[in-house]
Amino acid sequence: MSSINLIDLAEDNVRDEARRAMEVCNACRYCEGYCAVFPAMELRREFTDGDLDYLANLCHNCQGCFHSCQYAPPHPFGINVPKTFAELRLQTYADYAWPQPMAKFFDRNGTLVTLLTALCVASVIIALMLIQDPQVVFASHVGPGAFYKVIPWGVMTAFAGATFLFAILSLVMSFRNFWRASQRPASDIVRPRTLGQAMHDVLTLKYLGGGGHGCNDVSDHFSMRRRYYHHFTFYGFMLCFAATSVATIYDHVLGLQAPYGFFSLPVLLGTVGGIGLVIGPVGLIWIKIISDPAPLSKKMIGGDYALLMLLLLVSVTGLLLLGLRETGAMGILLAIHLGFVLAFFIAIPYSKMVHGLYRSAALIRYALERQEDSDAHAADQSKPKVKVA
Amino acid sequence: MASLTRLYDVLVIGGGNAALCAAITAREAGASVLLIEWAPKAFRGGNTRHTRNLRAMHSEPTSVLTESYLEDEYWDDLKRVTGNNTNEELARITIRETEGSLPWLEERGVRFQPSLTGTLNLSRTNAFFLGGGKSLVNALFNHAERIGVAVLYDTEATDLIIDDGFVREVKIVNKGFPATVRAKAVVASSGGFQANIEWLKEYWGAPAENFLIRGTPYAKGRVLRSLLDQGVHQIGDPTQCHAVGIDARAPKFDGGIASRLDSVPFSVMLNQNGDRFYDEGEDVWPKRYAIWGRLIAQQPDQIGYSIVDSKAEKLFMPSVFPAYRADSIRELAGQLGLDPDKVEKTITAYNEAVQPGVFDSSKLDGCTTAGLTPPKTNWAQKIDTAPFLAYPLRPGITFTYLGVKVDDRARVLMANNEPTANLYASGEIMAGNILSKGYLAGFGMSIGTVFGRIAGREAARRVLN
Repeated sequence: MSSINLIDLAEDNVRDEARRAMEVCNACRYCEGYCAVFPAMELRREFTDGDLDYLANLCHNCQGCFHSCQYAPPHPFGINVPKTFAELRLQTYADYAWPQPMAKFFDRNGTLVTLLTALCVASVIIALMLIQDPQVVFASHVGPGAFYKVIPWGVMTAFAGATFLFAILSLVMSFRNFWRASQRPASDIVRPRTLGQAMHDVLTLKYLGGGGHGCNDVSDHFSMRRRYYHHFTFYGFMLCFAATSVATIYDHVLGLQAPYGFFSLPVLLGTVGGIGLVIGPVGLIWIKIISDPAPLSKKMIGGDYALLMLLLLVSVTGLLLLGLRETGAMGILLAIHLGFVLAFFIAIPYSKMVHGLYRSAALIRYALERQEDSDAHAADQSKPKVKVA
Repeated sequence: MASLTRLYDVLVIGGGNAALCAAITAREAGASVLLIEWAPKAFRGGNTRHTRNLRAMHSEPTSVLTESYLEDEYWDDLKRVTGNNTNEELARITIRETEGSLPWLEERGVRFQPSLTGTLNLSRTNAFFLGGGKSLVNALFNHAERIGVAVLYDTEATDLIIDDGFVREVKIVNKGFPATVRAKAVVASSGGFQANIEWLKEYWGAPAENFLIRGTPYAKGRVLRSLLDQGVHQIGDPTQCHAVGIDARAPKFDGGIASRLDSVPFSVMLNQNGDRFYDEGEDVWPKRYAIWGRLIAQQPDQIGYSIVDSKAEKLFMPSVFPAYRADSIRELAGQLGLDPDKVEKTITAYNEAVQPGVFDSSKLDGCTTAGLTPPKTNWAQKIDTAPFLAYPLRPGITFTYLGVKVDDRARVLMANNEPTANLYASGEIMAGNILSKGYLAGFGMSIGTVFGRIAGREAARRVLN
């Protein structure tokens, strides 16, 4: 008889639990219609650590499989795929982090991102007060270069550039680490057809659709809310990013200095994006508060709230700054806003933001596997797959 | 809020698909409805939790079904599996009504999906529930509560008090507290008795102790017993149950689909003595899995062992429990607690009997044994390539056939064939009227949906007139 090692059972190894769950799911397969995880699972009979990391990041946490699971707790099998995978995702964020010592940042991510945010905002305000004459800070400034009278352009650009470029470097290295676990060549990433499919799935959040009906975001009822609030957040963020990019071109190429008019392109993009970045995070926080806690991971949720709050504070302070930029409050608001932006830039590779990176990588791998599987099936029609009711 | 003191129009006993369809239909017709479910909320839904599709007649392709599946073909399929041992009138009602069942369920929040991978043989006839039966149960409970059906979980019906064909009251136990509820009409949708081991032992004796129950532990047949004891017309062979071969390591109850093992046709099956006992390759597995429960039940200790070698390992769906695995047949036998000499001898005799042929797992390939009793008539390949693998199997009981007789209005009939005044039945408790033996994939859900709706409609009509 096979023996059970009690010491192994006592160890709380998240990958062992994920493997056990996938072995039960692979013998059941009722959830195949929900998302990409189960079709990807069905392509394998054994699950390496790398496979599990991939499947966990393919999971969009729509929770449909939990609510429909005949093996969910209190069934003795106690299968809870969304929770198990959320915990494994957190583990992968740490394991693939670059540089590796930063992996610890994911241990108490909610607390650390919050502390980082407080520290950044406080530091910018204190630095401003120490360096800048209070008369200048609290005066109202108008016309080109108004912001730079409070915080010099060079300082702003140096901090933003350094932190943002470091974040990009860190994300690239993390992506590389994650992709290596797939044991596929890097050239696989850029195959146009599968990359196009994956980008479509990323940009539409196809797998928060729960098979076309929305996800079980708060209970066993189906809804599209989470998908839409995520769209507000993501596209709001992208518009804000576009606003910053256009402003950079205005400044460096066209020689036009901020602040720009309310109906200028950077301000329009930033305003619309900022509003999206208020609606989205508020909606997502609201859903987290009211949702059934059973399929959620407590370890993950602190980091979720911390990032959503940070995004919300970036957008709210940005919009406030826009509204009050011609008053004496502009200086201090600019410092607060830039403090949040600085915290965000630093936190990008060490917060929940990385989910987008690994999710995209997983969807690229999924598109490749599906393509290869359908090619193989076309070549060999006689694959046996006997299954009975 | 559900109340035990209120006189409801309709009391529905059970929480599976048949109960929910009855409760929803009666409520939509304007009746006040109380539904009592023995299971706690987490395990609500009876055996519906473990189902995944419904067999539906259709004359043209639907959102999830291909081509067409007409009444006569459906009827032929049913006649074949039951050996023509069915009630044609009730069967044809069921078949015809399945056409409207799909949209009816969809309108009430049930989501369907195209046939799952590996079940293409069912894509024309069976509509699959997105996420399986528990998803359907969730959707129907959500709908029922939204339209005002009162629901009590953890509430067992223990006895129906029938007086001259009229149900006066129903004895229940609500969260451990005995009580009595009254309703103008009662729908019994409380399933079979397959989870009642003591009852199974009446027909099977001690071997029933070794049966595994694939579905809900709450199908104890209390309501069925109460009705039969009070002179309700019994239908179906009490000694019969749908029994398949499943992984012996599955939990006693509720192991569901994951405990399925598909290795048998590509293996040799040994009993506790190390002997083969039936032709493993008689036909494709979907046509044979339902006879293996009985075959294994007839073996010593009601256990069988499916032995394959590494060549066959990937020919069937992965198992939920890992295979026993060894580098020699002797070692494998040791792991299983079987006599290594005997097992080695059986496997050697089998290997020597295997005839040359072209193995093809996707069809009846005619690869057979010669001079072996019993023979293996398809997929006979030598078991000679380590590692060797084994899976233990036990009988897994899906449902029982014993039930109460009903008429075309789902009214329960007394032994003299007189209809009861206010008692209706739907689901497994009356499925034996139509399905007296054998099984047709997805047909249990068809009977539950159709007769659930009929029972709900008729119960409401009676109390509202």
